[in-house]
Amino acid sequence: MRHRAAKRSRVDLFLTFLRVALTTLIVVGVFLFIMQQIDADNVFARRLNPDARALTRAQFEGLVVSGLSQGAMYGLIALGYSMVYGVLGFINFAHGEVFMVGAMTGMITSNKLADAGLWESNFLVAMLFILIVCILCSTMTAVIMERVAYRQLRGAPRLIPLITSIGVSFFIQQCSELLLGPGAKAYPRLPDWLDETWSFLGADIERTKFLVIGVAAVSMVALWYLVERTKTGKAMRAVAEDKEIASLMGIDVDRTIVTTFAVGGAMAGVAGVLWGILFGSVTSFTGFLPGIKAFSAAVVGGIGNIGGAMAGGLSIGGAESVAPLVILEPLGIPGVSQLKDAVAFLMLIFVLLVKPTGLFGERLSAEDRA
Amino acid sequence: MTDIITSVAPARSALDQDWRKVVRFGLLLALALVFISLAGMPVGLDTRVVIEPILSMGYLSLLWLPFLLGYAVSGEKVLEGVQSHAKGPRELVAGLLVGAVGGVGLSLLAVLIDNFDLRDPLVNWSPQLLDLVTFDNGVGYGTVWIPISGGIGLVGGALHVVPALVRRMFVTAVISVLAVSALEAILNDLSEGLKLEFVIDWLFFVRGGLTQSGALAVAVVSAAYVAVGRDRVRVAKESFQSLEGPTRTRANTVGVVVIGLLVAGLPLVLGRITNELLVNVGLFVLLALGLNIVVGLAGILDLGYVAFFAVGGYTAAVLTSPNSPGFSPELPWTVAVLVVVVLASITGLFIGAPVIRMRGDYLAIVTLGFGEIIRLLFLSDWLSGFTGGAQGITNIPGIDLGLVELKGTDPKSMFYLVLFFCALAVYASWRLEKSRIGRAWMAIREDESVAEAMGINTVNAKLLAFVVGAVLASFSGAIFAAKVGSIFPSSFIILVSIVILVVVIVGGMGNIVGVIAGAAVLIGILGGPRQPGLLQEFSEFKLLIYGALLVWMMLKRPEGLVPNVRRTRELHQEEFLQDAWLKGHIDTGEDHGDEGEEAPS
Repeated sequence: MRHRAAKRSRVDLFLTFLRVALTTLIVVGVFLFIMQQIDADNVFARRLNPDARALTRAQFEGLVVSGLSQGAMYGLIALGYSMVYGVLGFINFAHGEVFMVGAMTGMITSNKLADAGLWESNFLVAMLFILIVCILCSTMTAVIMERVAYRQLRGAPRLIPLITSIGVSFFIQQCSELLLGPGAKAYPRLPDWLDETWSFLGADIERTKFLVIGVAAVSMVALWYLVERTKTGKAMRAVAEDKEIASLMGIDVDRTIVTTFAVGGAMAGVAGVLWGILFGSVTSFTGFLPGIKAFSAAVVGGIGNIGGAMAGGLSIGGAESVAPLVILEPLGIPGVSQLKDAVAFLMLIFVLLVKPTGLFGERLSAEDRA
Repeated sequence: MTDIITSVAPARSALDQDWRKVVRFGLLLALALVFISLAGMPVGLDTRVVIEPILSMGYLSLLWLPFLLGYAVSGEKVLEGVQSHAKGPRELVAGLLVGAVGGVGLSLLAVLIDNFDLRDPLVNWSPQLLDLVTFDNGVGYGTVWIPISGGIGLVGGALHVVPALVRRMFVTAVISVLAVSALEAILNDLSEGLKLEFVIDWLFFVRGGLTQSGALAVAVVSAAYVAVGRDRVRVAKESFQSLEGPTRTRANTVGVVVIGLLVAGLPLVLGRITNELLVNVGLFVLLALGLNIVVGLAGILDLGYVAFFAVGGYTAAVLTSPNSPGFSPELPWTVAVLVVVVLASITGLFIGAPVIRMRGDYLAIVTLGFGEIIRLLFLSDWLSGFTGGAQGITNIPGIDLGLVELKGTDPKSMFYLVLFFCALAVYASWRLEKSRIGRAWMAIREDESVAEAMGINTVNAKLLAFVVGAVLASFSGAIFAAKVGSIFPSSFIILVSIVILVVVIVGGMGNIVGVIAGAAVLIGILGGPRQPGLLQEFSEFKLLIYGALLVWMMLKRPEGLVPNVRRTRELHQEEFLQDAWLKGHIDTGEDHGDEGEEAPS
């Protein structure tokens, strides 16, 4: 947002209006929700939503936990967007498809392992194996993508690589659709012991959610170690800061960019497996919506900012799970669960309107910030 | 480029190859052929015949690649001032080798299919594919692909060796045969309309596909045209382009009128299905012209363009249909369309205002989000009181114009409506492009900060681009509603935006002729997101082709097939500067004066 002109135009007025309106909506929604929780017969709660009923504690916990586990997954995907944007300054639209490739590979591998019996007998070993295969496949997809499509476009006008990545995304989707056939493909049923719950801070939480959040946390720590504590990570940060000076310092820029794509791809591969565990099935178009939401998460957290990407993922996941029932339903909007995806997009728009650099500030080189 | 400073050395020997390149292209070809086979193209397209007994579209999907790669393997950039070699046996051998390696890939695939069963993840790992690859003759017969593919690669390589005229004749002949075969349905209808059935009966086989003699005739005629007629056409074109002032304007007017009459006369001689196709093409031309203003002129990448199409469609549907729930004034379409314009403009402002200040790439994603939000809203229970939710709105009446009624069941009448709006859009785009605001858009596209410094109100200009684009898209939506007669949220998926973007980019961003040609070729031949094209068999594969096309265009020719002169200069600024520097023109800078905005050459 440059050039805050001295004279405020009508567009600025409109934007201010939008900011105020959205904020009011959120505040009123939350207020009505609190009223409804205190007493469903409350005048305030009944005013817009005559059928208001207080959520039980278990319901609310369920919403938050499923929001957080999905958010952890979004966060992992968001890392890829964020790092690539930090290094190359363009949105790799096809990153959602890298995630889809991970989920598809996970589906194929897990079904093969289920046929072999390993899935039931030793789930954790099977899981580890699946994770490794998925990470390999997703990483390969990301690296090939960079080599074939993006490398020739260094220095092209900003929108050219973005349009290219839309084409790549389309192409990968259709490849998967044609090679593996249309329709949803199911993961094998999770072993029974995962259906039970563990109690944590007084809340009963399904073990699958624990598994998902745990895997995401471990990957996150590994990534943090790679970026902040190793030489490769240092090179990545340097390239993100300034490509030319980095190359003068003896860093192989091309190689570092490939590493960035590979690391992002690996995280997307992990996220793909987590999707499989959470939802149990995958289609060739699975990558689209989580991809866009993950990009929103990267923006919400501040693009180029690794911790921000994870935090953004958690907040987008949490918001889309909680906001329909906490903000929209008390406002009297029917069928709120259908608006889950719209909430994620609205959150992106809201953050861009209110704080365009994201919650934790963006980390971009001067040329990318233009 | 008149003064190219290049010297030519004698041809190199056949063994003096760039072996790494040959091996890389060969492996690439093998991989691509295996991929195409496993994607199901050969089997899926086998029913469509190109030349009656000998060539089907299925085999063609495998055969074009060795040809292309056999040609490409010996392609090298001839740099000015650098010595290049004459073409000779080296190119032939390279093509042959690349093709042969590809053939080995296919025969290996046959062996693998015969021995292993990977049908579980790969749906096309099937006996049908094996039969097709081995010509129904058992696995060993798969090796036939090595000479076939090698031979075709050799032909590809030979294109470098033969004289330029022969090369042009050959390529034109091949393209003409394919084009005539693809246009079969239209040609059939045309001949019926013009009472020329006997030509078609001779050209085409009864159940589809060219006859051998027909194919030969097409090839000979087109090759002869290249040999004899092409120069004359070029001379005529050049003399046309050298016209100036009022003569030029008059010539242009005559050209436009003639083309307009031809297009207007077309539906009279075509049949129902082809007319339907024309209407679809027209709807996409309208959408693409709108997006062309937003993306091509103002340089704003709007990925949620389908939102305006949806708003147009839904507004028209709610206002005209007796079945619309909630609010049903049953207005005539002509009145409704006025409301559509107003609502679309408001939506354009509403979506445009928050995003207009964002970075170009954020804008793309946020508009994509808006496109999806609008669809979700139309689908949701919240608005289903007006929009019918997933059930949509049905029973949308035709358009009563007093004398005639235009209905979807009569595509001929619909076509004239679309044509009218397309003409309107073309005129508007043309005038806008030449106007002050058009120049402002182009300045913003080139460099927003500089444009602002030059005193352009960038916010207003960009908003205006949004609104104009929105209005054109909403016209298309309103016609779509009246044509189809019912409207569902599933017609307005993001895919539509992307397909329109592909059309605009392949045709040539910022060029009206290019955009129309892009829509006609892509939507007409391959089909739209939901609408079949002339090659109905391709419906499974068209999106794959669109994706690949988008990537390929961006990498190789970002200005599109029919480029806009100024846009090309922006995209290839460095090359232009380099060129000028090599020729010693760089100091003046006057050689790049932006006079040349005329028709593309």
